[in-house]
Amino acid sequence: MKLWIEKQRYLIDFTLASLARRKARNIGLLLVYTLLVFMLASVTLYTHALRQEAARVLVASPEVVVQRMVAGRHDLIPPGYMEKIGRIRGVQTRTARLWGYYYDAVTKANYTFMVPAEDAPAKGEIVVGPALERSRGLAANNGISFRSYSGKLHTFIVAAVLPQATELVSADLVLMSEESFRAFFDYPVGHYTDIALTVANPQEVKNVALKLSAALPDARPILRDEVLRTYAAIFDWREGIVLALFSAAILAFGILAWEKASGLSAEEKREIGILKAIGWETGDVIKMKFWEGMLISLTAFLVGFVAAYVHVFHFAASMFEPVLKGWAVLYPHFQLTPHIDGVQVATLFFFTVFPYAAAVLVPIWKAAITDPDSVMRG
Amino acid sequence: MLFQPAIIALLLASTLCVLALVGSAPFAVDVIRRWDIRSGSERQLQLERRTYLFSTLLTLVLVLQLAAVLLFVFNAEKMSGMFVGAMCAVGTLNVNAFGFPALNGKIAVFFLAAMWLAINHVDSRARDYPLVRIKYGLLLALAPLLAGSAWAELQYFLDLKADVITSCCGSLFSEGSPTIAAEASALPPIPAMWLFYGSLGAAVVLAAVHGLGGGRQRWSGYLLALASGVAFVATIAGILAFVSLYIYEHPHHHCPFCILKPEYNYQGYWLYVPLFGATAAGLAAGAVQPFARIASLREVIPEFSRRMAAIAANGFFLTAAIASFMIWQSRLILLE
Repeated sequence: MKLWIEKQRYLIDFTLASLARRKARNIGLLLVYTLLVFMLASVTLYTHALRQEAARVLVASPEVVVQRMVAGRHDLIPPGYMEKIGRIRGVQTRTARLWGYYYDAVTKANYTFMVPAEDAPAKGEIVVGPALERSRGLAANNGISFRSYSGKLHTFIVAAVLPQATELVSADLVLMSEESFRAFFDYPVGHYTDIALTVANPQEVKNVALKLSAALPDARPILRDEVLRTYAAIFDWREGIVLALFSAAILAFGILAWEKASGLSAEEKREIGILKAIGWETGDVIKMKFWEGMLISLTAFLVGFVAAYVHVFHFAASMFEPVLKGWAVLYPHFQLTPHIDGVQVATLFFFTVFPYAAAVLVPIWKAAITDPDSVMRG
Repeated sequence: MLFQPAIIALLLASTLCVLALVGSAPFAVDVIRRWDIRSGSERQLQLERRTYLFSTLLTLVLVLQLAAVLLFVFNAEKMSGMFVGAMCAVGTLNVNAFGFPALNGKIAVFFLAAMWLAINHVDSRARDYPLVRIKYGLLLALAPLLAGSAWAELQYFLDLKADVITSCCGSLFSEGSPTIAAEASALPPIPAMWLFYGSLGAAVVLAAVHGLGGGRQRWSGYLLALASGVAFVATIAGILAFVSLYIYEHPHHHCPFCILKPEYNYQGYWLYVPLFGATAAGLAAGAVQPFARIASLREVIPEFSRRMAAIAANGFFLTAAIASFMIWQSRLILLE
């Protein structure tokens, strides 16, 4: 065992020296390889962080949201609907919620107007999200007017701006009192937008949803788990599509690696010839070449991965953001939480190192079977 | 659901493996028909050179298979969030009928490839390549298996539907359901412990006998391979029947996959890695025994087989020791 390790150490030593002798050629390959790892790792790290972020945001959302459907469209909850739900075992709280969208022609963006369940602002006052603060240049105690859908102008005083930390969920949010909300949208009295239910036991959520649809056939229960699953599937799918597009790049890289490995210079051929003449076997030459590939692969993988980490978590993945994140006028600025996932590193390894290994296999073998006499004579 | 990164990676890996084996099949046929070590002809020289290429290729396939088994389980674990009713890898693998066959196929290919590599290794150490025909015949036999395992995997991934309600470890490994896994889970702890420690102990003793005999006794080599296979199955059954219970500290949760989860500190890897390594080594020691009488292998095989026996003995011992440690650490009282 010790002998074996010693042998590999000497082989690595030799390989490093031989790599250093042909710097220009190997650095070119290393650069391309690193770039490939960098791109792929950026995509996977970024989507994973987004998935985590979505999951974190949804942790605090209610387990079930009930919407009422009329002719397949979302409709208002009429008075008396809450009572019809009645007491379902397992449901801790039932809250009727008021919220809606408002299109602001000035910023050409949609805002979400909402009445908070507790600590609602006083009548005529609003609390705005950070993105709104930026886009309309607002600060606390400023006044702002919105033209409602009925054509009337409503003026509000900004009581506060929501903290930056909540931006992912509150970027376009405008919080107001129930009275202001109903006046602004001409919302019929006693009607609500939807109902939020909290369920303590996660295994009961499905039963609650079943009972709801039995009691109220026109209700559509939306489960938090389903939303989470959909998010995960969407981000995975986006990541998969981008990776599939990159497969062309992987293929091109494979061809490059093949070319580089098979285009042995005369000097290299002579080197192998001499090694064989002084007693190396074909297997030894293959081992040496294997270590060469291994060193290049691991270096590229490590450097590429670290660069991708910096790119995603310090520069907000500026290169792939538009494809992976989605798009909106008032898009929240948010800081992603660094997170590395074992499966992703393993997947990345499959995408980069194995294609490289497969591509250089035949050229390595061709180099290793070179006859010493034919090379040294030529 | 094909557009999941890990699925694309796994399919890429199996495609590479199948292509490598299909690519080497014509060469294998050529070797079986034309190999003649005494000839100095151009063709023989070419064949000899090509054997280097294909043994390197097969090594790559083996490493890929090993990595793919891990990634397959990893990925099943991770995707469990996407299926209603799935809480760990079992639920994901149960989404359709191909999940478990795909996993078992991968494990089988891994062990067979390990045995092939053992034969390849001793053959390349001998001066006259005495096993070359047998080796490539076996390679031809391995190819359909690998292709079958890749096919099962593809079917599994193609048929992954997120709207299927799957059943997870709670129902699959519960004592009442009519599966082999459930039968194993239903084993009462005391017989299961006898089976677990008995088979591991037998494997360790046989490996020690074989190793201390310098790897020269052929019968102990065969017995070691047999004992390794039995110990592998018995250990999995033991994990189902009682080791998992101690790890979860729950008298009814028999799942061999949840122990790989972060909630349980990835303890499962400590059990599975030595178990798989030791089983592969034990099988390899047995796989080379039929050729121990060949003149040029008389020295090579005992030496190789002794080393494999050492790995197997240590690995099985480690598995038993780690399992015992986990049981000792646990706060569950299964036996009064």
